[in-house]
Amino acid sequence: MLRALKIEPEKCTGCLQCEMACSYENEQVFNPSKSRIRIFNFHDEGRFAPYTCTQCAEAWCLHSCPVEAIVINPKTGAKEVIEDVCVGCKVCTIACPFGTVNYNHDSGKVIKCDLCGGNPACAEACPTAAITYVDIDQTGLDRMRAHAQKTLPQSAQAA
Amino acid sequence: MAAAKKKPAARRLARPARMRHIIIGAGPAGVIAAETLRKLDPNAGVTIIGDEREPPYSRMALPYYLSRKINEAGTHLRKTPRHFKKLGIDVRRDRVTAVDARNRQVKLAGGGSLTYDKLLIATGSSPVSPPIPGMDLPGIHPCWTLADARHIAKHARPGAKVVLMGAGFIGCIILEALARRGVQLTVVEMANRMVPRMMNTTAGGLIKQWCLDKGVRVHTSTKVTAIEKGPDGRGLRVRLDNGTVLPADLIISATGVRPNIGFLKGSGIKTDHGVLINRNMQTSNPHVFAAGDVAQGLDFSTGEYSVQAIQPTAADHGLLAARNMAGHKGAVHRGSVNMNVLDTIGLVSSSFGQWMGATGGDSAELCDRNRFKYLNLQFKDDVLVGATSLGLTDHIGVLRGLIQTRTRLGEWKEKLKHDPTRIMEAYLANTQAVGFNAGMI
Repeated sequence: MLRALKIEPEKCTGCLQCEMACSYENEQVFNPSKSRIRIFNFHDEGRFAPYTCTQCAEAWCLHSCPVEAIVINPKTGAKEVIEDVCVGCKVCTIACPFGTVNYNHDSGKVIKCDLCGGNPACAEACPTAAITYVDIDQTGLDRMRAHAQKTLPQSAQAA
Repeated sequence: MAAAKKKPAARRLARPARMRHIIIGAGPAGVIAAETLRKLDPNAGVTIIGDEREPPYSRMALPYYLSRKINEAGTHLRKTPRHFKKLGIDVRRDRVTAVDARNRQVKLAGGGSLTYDKLLIATGSSPVSPPIPGMDLPGIHPCWTLADARHIAKHARPGAKVVLMGAGFIGCIILEALARRGVQLTVVEMANRMVPRMMNTTAGGLIKQWCLDKGVRVHTSTKVTAIEKGPDGRGLRVRLDNGTVLPADLIISATGVRPNIGFLKGSGIKTDHGVLINRNMQTSNPHVFAAGDVAQGLDFSTGEYSVQAIQPTAADHGLLAARNMAGHKGAVHRGSVNMNVLDTIGLVSSSFGQWMGATGGDSAELCDRNRFKYLNLQFKDDVLVGATSLGLTDHIGVLRGLIQTRTRLGEWKEKLKHDPTRIMEAYLANTQAVGFNAGMI
């Protein structure tokens, strides 16, 4: 069963523990700028939005890589960067239309979410369950509901 | 009833003929097309014809080979041993000299010809040698093939005097590799700034300043007028139109590339700057397709057909061409966004779409010259149509996302004009139904 990160921004308090956990798990430092998940702060509205790679089916990053350094982990379905193969050309960082592949100046390679090999540290660290690691089929319903609320007129929703 | 259900004998016996796909060119577009064709049609014959002796490799990886970040195997497009053999893709070393479109045949330099049902032209491009006296002297090299890179690696020793002709994208990416090898480097560029076809005056000027600060000598708005043998016949001398004469142990020519279309002469296949294709990646001949740096395909931003010669476009083209060659009708090209990312001795720059601005559009700009930080956004109405960045490496892909989804920014446009760095927030606040995070904010 494939699982995915389910993100519920309305539960996010902006505590940034996910960023700390991600950076420590993957880079062995507590440095949010090295985190592969980021919290965006809409301070005018008092809202926070956790955001990371959705492991999208199109995989623009993977297809644009000139040296086959991004591969699919068959166990988790995650698109993973093989650090030894990555040359640091950064083409994937401009090809990903979600902006979730970043260049790491220290290593000279790119970094992106790899679901921590099936045990994502961000989900474990999140105290409010704004980030959970769930069956991939469960991630869609709330998204559809939220999208409908945003786009459909109120009367249509009531009907 | 039973008789009515029975199929006509002829239909029952008919087997689909085994398709023969031939791909000319072993670069990313050709390889991605071959792999996609194999996936879509397990029985088809798939042949790649490449004229270099190496296994399919990436030109984009050559600078990293030169800077010793990877070895030769690290430049190979596919890393699994016997990858192509396992997929039943025949990779041949030969050169196609002509296409006989009437008989659906390609003529080979090694003798004989091959018959195709569908042909893909993915022959890429070749360096252009400028018409300058002395360009044929030994010691002047392009940096285009793995063989070129081996040669440069041999001669670009620490302390060697190297003159780089051309500070376009290719010149600048080699510049990084050469600087890392510790050579004494001088760059000569005709335009008034570095990477003129990717960066505006401000950004191109900042890249020049960055290079000067790193000890690289840069001549912009300068032409090479002649190259001659050095005194005593040792080394070379480069004469510039500003009167300077530069001694050189090695000269690298990076003055532009041109699509490889010469072999199509007399084939009836229409060409302009590159091979003309429609939105199905099809040339003027319905059995012949083109992809990658040789193809003049649809540009997302301008709606015109142009040669983009970038890796993501080659990948898009290869995938789409294969789908069309396999007969998938819905595989229509929506246009590729022109974009580039460059690392010039540690200064990362990128540009997207109509970075130079759109007619009747407006822009937002943030510039911190002392810290080499720059961000320029170009809008048409409340839609992002282009961008340029310097010193920015986080979430830059979202610039492509905003451009290609034609997201209406609404009130966020004003926020971006006030602070262009809030691109990610603007994207999240306006995001379409894409990804698991969509619509949740």
